[in-house]
Amino acid sequence: MRPDDIKAVPVRHPLRWVGSAVTFVVAASLINSAVNNPRIQWGTVGDYLFDQRVLDGVFLTVELTIMCMVVGVFLGVLMAVLRLSPNPVLSGISWLYIWFFRGLPRLVLILFVFFISALYPEITVGVPFGGHAFLSFNANDLITAFIAGFVALSLSEGAYMAEIVRAGLISVDEGQTEAAQALGLSRIQTLRFVTLPQAMRVIVPPTGNETISMLKDTSLVSVIAVVDLLYAVQLIYAKNYKQIPLLVVGIIWYLALTSVLYVIQYYIERRFGRGGSRNLPPTPIQRLRALVSRSSSTRGEA
Amino acid sequence: MSEPMVRAAGVHKRYGSLEVLKGIDIEVMPGEVMCILGPSGSGKSTFLRCINHLEEINAGLLAVDGELVGYSMKGDVIHALHEDDIAKARESIGMVFQRFNLFPHMTALDNIALAPIKVKGVSKAEAREKAARLLTQVGLGDRGESYPAQLSGGQQQRVAIARALAMDPKLMLFDEPTSALDPELVGEVLKVMRDLASQGMTMIVVTHEIGFAKAVADTVVFMDDGVVVEAGAPAEVLDNPKQDRTKTFLRQVS
Repeated sequence: MRPDDIKAVPVRHPLRWVGSAVTFVVAASLINSAVNNPRIQWGTVGDYLFDQRVLDGVFLTVELTIMCMVVGVFLGVLMAVLRLSPNPVLSGISWLYIWFFRGLPRLVLILFVFFISALYPEITVGVPFGGHAFLSFNANDLITAFIAGFVALSLSEGAYMAEIVRAGLISVDEGQTEAAQALGLSRIQTLRFVTLPQAMRVIVPPTGNETISMLKDTSLVSVIAVVDLLYAVQLIYAKNYKQIPLLVVGIIWYLALTSVLYVIQYYIERRFGRGGSRNLPPTPIQRLRALVSRSSSTRGEA
Repeated sequence: MSEPMVRAAGVHKRYGSLEVLKGIDIEVMPGEVMCILGPSGSGKSTFLRCINHLEEINAGLLAVDGELVGYSMKGDVIHALHEDDIAKARESIGMVFQRFNLFPHMTALDNIALAPIKVKGVSKAEAREKAARLLTQVGLGDRGESYPAQLSGGQQQRVAIARALAMDPKLMLFDEPTSALDPELVGEVLKVMRDLASQGMTMIVVTHEIGFAKAVADTVVFMDDGVVVEAGAPAEVLDNPKQDRTKTFLRQVS
């Protein structure tokens, strides 16, 4: 016969209750002071939230984030592979790249690329040291503000991603490389088919963080007058002097976009975490569904 | 008299100042099964790994099927081989590891078919068909779509053997293939190895399985402290050891 389940009095946590109560009161008063503050001008926030200029800024921010992350991840994989190469020239190039672009603030990098036409008025492709030029561009025409922001942020992202990918690659058990080598796979084949796919589990979560950082860092391009979300609201409040309501518009959009990324990251991590732990915790949606079905079933019993 | 499949003469291996192999002389003829026994730290696994150049030797001569391992001779000058040539040489030497080292992100079938497709350029259909045949040969015909994590240790090791066989090796190296297994799973792996030996595969097996060595090996080598202490037919080395070190070791493991 199956014994009855234990019915024990649960451990009480009085301090938790006190702490929660204090936190609640403080949080409620903060929210109240902001929400019910007439100077926020919620009406103005509502007017501009879906203003076409703001929406264009949101679109540019998203576009720039995606472009920089795609190029950044590509550069990161390339630089990580070079860094781990037995060829000292290749690994040296990668070291130099990571050292340079991780060592500079993104804002400085953006300004430097934007003004690079002052350093190189003509960008030429040809024989080095003043030889014949095959292609030549006017730097001012080629490097628009958008391109400057894109190039600077991509190069910077590549350096961070290189370290993330490298950490992923060296986290894969050495036995995997040995087994691949023993089968006659080349170094590149081993990387492509054996090491890199397994490194993904370590690479994906920090890449999600990088994407969220990048979304926010795209606001730096406002300094070179690229009309991203931040610059779009700045342009509007420069005319109507409603700084706070318009910055709140920006805050709402940034939080909305990062929240979407959080959800995407959560599910990607779950996907790559498979096999890592035996039982994955249920997703919030699964928990919600379980709650709903449980309450409806108890109601059914009653 | 045919050429030996593996010839080692005065093989030395150092890690810094630590001398792991102190002059190994061994010959393995085609079709021969050699079992290498010895206490841990005796250098037996290191020697095995030297044979397919997972470890570089510091001195001596090591050749597989008449070709130097990791080097080439041009006149009197020794040249290090390019990594592509080393990979080429490894194609015909199968290796089975203590920890299986299956690729966890691939099914059993894909583990086996990977190298024939990528290294030998065999068509996908042909490689998978052969992989299925090899799985049947090791008694896992129905587990082709399983991932390594879904297989027991014994099953994983049998997949690993099939993976090595898929490259049609002329020599198989086994590095303590049953040491990481639960005792009840050892038998199924040894059976596959026994079948392989009876088909005439040249095998070098680093093992602690005295029974397997007795039954299957043509030659048993006992190593200790980086040297070959005693070598010969199993009946000599295992039943009538001449050296004290061999006697002590056999007493301890049996």
